[in-house]
Amino acid sequence: MTGETLVYKRPETLIKDKGFTFCPGCGHGVVLKIIAELIDEFGIRENTIAISSVGCSIFLEKFYELDVAGASHGRSPCVATGIKRSLPDKFVFTYQGDGDAATIGFNETIHTACRGEKITTICINNTTFGMTGGQASATTLVGQVTTTTPRGRKAELTGYPLRVAETVANCEGAAYVARVAISSPKYIKQAKKAIRKAFEMQLKGLGYSFVEVIAACPTNWHMTPVECIDYIENTVEKVHKLGVFKDITEGENI
Amino acid sequence: MTKVLWKGNQAIAQAAINAGCKCYFGYPITPQSEIGEYMGDKMPELGRTFITAESELASISMVIGAGTTGTKAMTSSSSCGIALMQEAMSAMCCAEVPGVIVSVMRGGPGLGNIASAQGDYFQAVKGGGNGDYKVIVYSPATIQEAIDLMYRAFHVSMKYRNPVMLLADGILGQMMEPVEFGQYPYKDDDVSIWALSGAKGRTPRNIVSLHMADGELEKISDRIFEKYRIIAEKETIVDKFMTDDAELIVTAFGTTARIAKSAVKKARKAGMKVGLFRPVMLSPFPEKELFETAKSAQMILDIELNQGQMLLDVKASVFGACPVEFLGRSGGGLLTDTQMLEKITALYNKIGVKV
Repeated sequence: MTGETLVYKRPETLIKDKGFTFCPGCGHGVVLKIIAELIDEFGIRENTIAISSVGCSIFLEKFYELDVAGASHGRSPCVATGIKRSLPDKFVFTYQGDGDAATIGFNETIHTACRGEKITTICINNTTFGMTGGQASATTLVGQVTTTTPRGRKAELTGYPLRVAETVANCEGAAYVARVAISSPKYIKQAKKAIRKAFEMQLKGLGYSFVEVIAACPTNWHMTPVECIDYIENTVEKVHKLGVFKDITEGENI
Repeated sequence: MTKVLWKGNQAIAQAAINAGCKCYFGYPITPQSEIGEYMGDKMPELGRTFITAESELASISMVIGAGTTGTKAMTSSSSCGIALMQEAMSAMCCAEVPGVIVSVMRGGPGLGNIASAQGDYFQAVKGGGNGDYKVIVYSPATIQEAIDLMYRAFHVSMKYRNPVMLLADGILGQMMEPVEFGQYPYKDDDVSIWALSGAKGRTPRNIVSLHMADGELEKISDRIFEKYRIIAEKETIVDKFMTDDAELIVTAFGTTARIAKSAVKKARKAGMKVGLFRPVMLSPFPEKELFETAKSAQMILDIELNQGQMLLDVKASVFGACPVEFLGRSGGGLLTDTQMLEKITALYNKIGVKV
């Protein structure tokens, strides 16, 4: 029909006619779509290798028209390191959750950042082990009810949540570190901007880039998606504060 | 080519370089740290990758990363460090990722000690990873053989897309011997038909070890075990010494087999018909070859620096063809050829004697 303007089309990086298989209100689909859009925008689909990790983040090859390598729990940055060192011209990113990147694999996250590996990590932080049914992770808030903290996380018993982005930002090899949310259209735009910046860091060979995305897990939080938005904005963000914690190009026009 | 004197660990590292190893990822542990030190010196000079990883969990996963791109990569470690790599080796077998692992055994269990031992036979051959899988394992008895087997390890690993382990021990790692390197003798297969490289102009590929669809994992399991059957048929190496007319056959691997060989020679001098059967490839175990050899013997004596690990594979292979005896020592102590000869003599005198 004449007079129609194409304002949006499904990213080519997403497999055609295949929907996401996440729970209603889950944050993964939003972030996976942002990544797919950016890979399209940068025109790097055929030059990208993605690393899936253990958790709800594992099914990349089911959604993406990309080469995908799998990793054991927490080891995605190591697999990414091996790939990037073997094929330095490829665009390499890991897609991980907080159970993976911040709990079992935090040592790997930190060392990969310190080495300044020229890869990108997108870490979905929903403050719980989603796939195994909602147990407490390293980022679970004090007071948060999970299946392993049924009376709420008690600091005197299990300590305090790990501030992932802030800690990664302390590593000298990290070029860009940010924490974003996707609980509103405005936040989704900001998240895309941050992930774009993280991708640019790698494409320009500037170092390790890490974007933590606060996302909802309605199933394990036992909330409706709308309640999750309120919980993120009024509770989670008080502990896991949004912001850019490191940007070695700050003030530069890269 | 003249022979040159090389330390075991360094010779293993140089052999990997000659074999075209592009990436070394490791974490220090005695008695194999010289491998990492040598690589840390040479690899960057050659424009290749060297990383001291944050742990053995990390180093083997870096090998996986390189392996998925069809790049020759390796790690090396010892006993407790190899224990940490087991999960990844299981994943490599499932996802069919190549990679070479050098294991230089020390005393165990636990942190044990740093003496030479063979207590990691089960760890290498049976593995501590989950599920049905096999790591291909080679066991050198000399530094020359360690070099030759490193060449073979890289070739076989790339050919069959499976982890291959060189199982050495502290003595082999630390001692010096005259060796010849020679050229890497194999022609490797084209990796571009399976490796990850970005899905340029082709269908995307994935190399993963989670297979949730109904029946998918079973298909993979059947395929990789068919591969192990082919490997057993085509790649098995055994070293037989004076076994043809032997009434008593000693079975041993690695350094112990080398000492056992001199015990066998002494027994022959003393008029006893004794031979040595040494599996060079430990996994898949040369069952057929050992059974055929054992059929004509009266007795098998298995000698190991552990409490009896390969013994189980020896017994399973011999399958009652003749009795199997054992001589072992654990915890880092060695068995001398004199001690072995004593046991051989005592057993030999029992052959044919009804008790």
